[in-house]
Amino acid sequence: MKRIITATVQNRGGVLNRITGMLHKRQFNIESISVGASETEGVSKMTFVIDVSDNQSLEQLTKQLNKQIDVLKVSDITDKAIVARELALIKVTGSGQLRSEIQGIIAPFRASIIDVSKESLTIQVTGKPDKVEALITLLKPYGIKELTKTGVTSFLRGQQPKQVTELNSYSI
Amino acid sequence: MKARHEVEQHTNEVVTGADVLIDALVDEEVDTLFGYPGGAVLPIYDAIYRSQASFKHVLSRHEQGSIHAAEGYARVTGKPGVVLATSGPGATNLITGITDAMMDSLPLVVFTGQVANSVIGTDAFQEADVLGITTPITKYNYQVKNVSDIPKTVKEAFHIATSGRPGPVVIDIPKNISSTVELDQLEEEFSLPGYQPTTQPNPLQIVKLADALKNAKRPLILAGAGVTFAEASDQLKEFAEKYDIPVTNTLLGLGSFPGSHSLSLGMAGMHGTYTANMAIYECDLLINIGARFDDRLTGNLKHFAPKAKVAHIDIDPAEIGKNVPTDIPVVADAKETLQALLNTSIEKPDHDEWQDELQANKTNYPLWHDRSNELISPQWLLEQIFNESNGEAIVTTDVGQHQMWAAQYYQFDKPNRWVTSGGLGTMGFGFPAAIGAQFGAPDDLVVSVVGDGGFQMTFQELSILKERNLPVKVIILNNEALGMVRQWQESFYDERYSESIFSSQPDFVKLAESYGVRGLKVDKEEDVVEMLQDVFAYDGPVVVDCRVVQQTSVYPMIAPGKGIHEMIGVTK
Ligand SMILES: Cc1ncc(C[n+]2csc(CCOP(=O)(O)OP(=O)(O)O)c2C)c(N)n1
Ligand SMILES: [Mg+2]
Repeated sequence: MKRIITATVQNRGGVLNRITGMLHKRQFNIESISVGASETEGVSKMTFVIDVSDNQSLEQLTKQLNKQIDVLKVSDITDKAIVARELALIKVTGSGQLRSEIQGIIAPFRASIIDVSKESLTIQVTGKPDKVEALITLLKPYGIKELTKTGVTSFLRGQQPKQVTELNSYSI
Repeated sequence: MKARHEVEQHTNEVVTGADVLIDALVDEEVDTLFGYPGGAVLPIYDAIYRSQASFKHVLSRHEQGSIHAAEGYARVTGKPGVVLATSGPGATNLITGITDAMMDSLPLVVFTGQVANSVIGTDAFQEADVLGITTPITKYNYQVKNVSDIPKTVKEAFHIATSGRPGPVVIDIPKNISSTVELDQLEEEFSLPGYQPTTQPNPLQIVKLADALKNAKRPLILAGAGVTFAEASDQLKEFAEKYDIPVTNTLLGLGSFPGSHSLSLGMAGMHGTYTANMAIYECDLLINIGARFDDRLTGNLKHFAPKAKVAHIDIDPAEIGKNVPTDIPVVADAKETLQALLNTSIEKPDHDEWQDELQANKTNYPLWHDRSNELISPQWLLEQIFNESNGEAIVTTDVGQHQMWAAQYYQFDKPNRWVTSGGLGTMGFGFPAAIGAQFGAPDDLVVSVVGDGGFQMTFQELSILKERNLPVKVIILNNEALGMVRQWQESFYDERYSESIFSSQPDFVKLAESYGVRGLKVDKEEDVVEMLQDVFAYDGPVVVDCRVVQQTSVYPMIAPGKGIHEMIGVTK
């Protein structure tokens, strides 16, 4: 099962290496990682999408992340009210007639064309991973020349429905 | 820093980063530094020379010797072992020991030299990416960027190494840092918002555990090294006695509960006693205190404690539920938890039937071994070592058959007297670990039980015995083989002894003598007791080459993949 996990970490040397090394050593399957600054200076925010086999393995994952000395907080936000976005850049072959066809496809996704050349155009799309995936699928028949994604970044919505309780590995 | 003034008074010289480092070590009350010099640490060695520091430096003959000695020191003193090595090959020679300490949760603070900052990343002479290499095998690691950070970094490293679940910490020091003349204001305070080990048990879990104990008919305590680290042996004894609960130990937990106690079932696991393993199989409440359910303990997880409610007390939350599903998780220090349990009034249960069953197993299925008329029986030899040292020695072992026999036959009544490599199973560990143990406990009898294979990996440290007149007694169980490998080939590979029998060996007596150490050889059982009396009474180092039977195996045993109730070799 795919989980979205966020971690706030102290911005010390080697922290990313330490975390990805641990995930690799303990055989966790990383689908994506995004890292960047947070609202606090010296603190970074990481968002992981990780495929885990079962709850025991999920519990190990959050505990092993928490165990890292530079990690301040770990949350599994998969089952919460969240905003989650990723950005993809997609270069497709297309000229003349095809261009307007492609434009028609991407319009409902609120994607935009950010670069055009003689034989190709580059599309930028942001959104939830499944939306981005859906657009990629639709564009495939046109021939994707190049594709790059940022990985998901995410946090909780301002308001949470009441019944949701936080999955905190230290609650035991 | 009071140490600073002392240094200045002594030398009246400029203060470099290396001097600041020495001060920081003195502030941490380091009394022994295990190390080996080289280019990148020359400024530090110079500072050691100039400082006349209050700690001693022990020069090994290989960095692996330094770090295993530091591990032995940490194991018997409970204090962190401190190591210093140069960059590149000096640092990489420490890797086995750092990994060993990580697996067995030993507190170490390891300093490595590094090439100067200006050439880091250029593949400079003796440059190795120590941070990269040691990240997966340390609790934490640093590279010092400014001289002013040294005091704070050292403090933080000692704190991390010794608190919570202990472990090794590496501090990599570029040569420009150790040689820079220090001018800046030193940083002393550290803050670790992401590291706050939970030491107090959750009261709700204590209630749950008390309740489970009240209702248990067949409770069992599994005590690991966490009990020793928490200095909770007295509380464990009181708790076990108060509620009449039998106790079994992990390999590393030996000594945390008195082996001679009537409630002790001995060691559990692959080469544990039949009684202990069947107790795990049959119990209805398993209280794990400070053990990590390692696979050599559990055997096939499907058959591990299948009838039991499992309580797990561990300071490391990540160990709970990792291998064995846990009903009552307690993230806390072992001593605090036992104290909380002792403060709770629990109805005293009756476990007579359970105790009788265990007692019957103890009587009917004791450890057994053959005696030979040719060479010495290794198990019997261990019994004699136990007897002749009155069970009071600090025993270090290497890895192999002799290690398991030592665990089985040497009964420890006190903690911090058993030094062995459990998690990593590192051959070459036992002898240097004994050196560190002897430095940590100068007045105790330190016996190093090693195999003829493993001793040959690190025996160069005999130099230290001579140099320091350290009275370590090295007992080689010489079966002219990599005995444990030979055993597995006998049992699981149809006696195809591939590369496990030595066809040539050094003369260990002459070897010892060449280092200026007394060497003895014994090959008859009738000479053993007298030899041991002589050796243990001798005021100095001795190496004894004991010729033991080769064709003998460690039993009983849980074969790989089998359950804890499926031991083989339980009886003759
Ligand atoms: C560094 C290292 N290499 C290899 C092994 C695998 N191994 C485990 S026990 C053993 C044999 C040890 O032989 P010896 O030291 O003579 O002890 P014995 O088993 O004969 O008592 C070997 C090779 C190991 N544990 N450590
Ligand atoms: Mg051998």
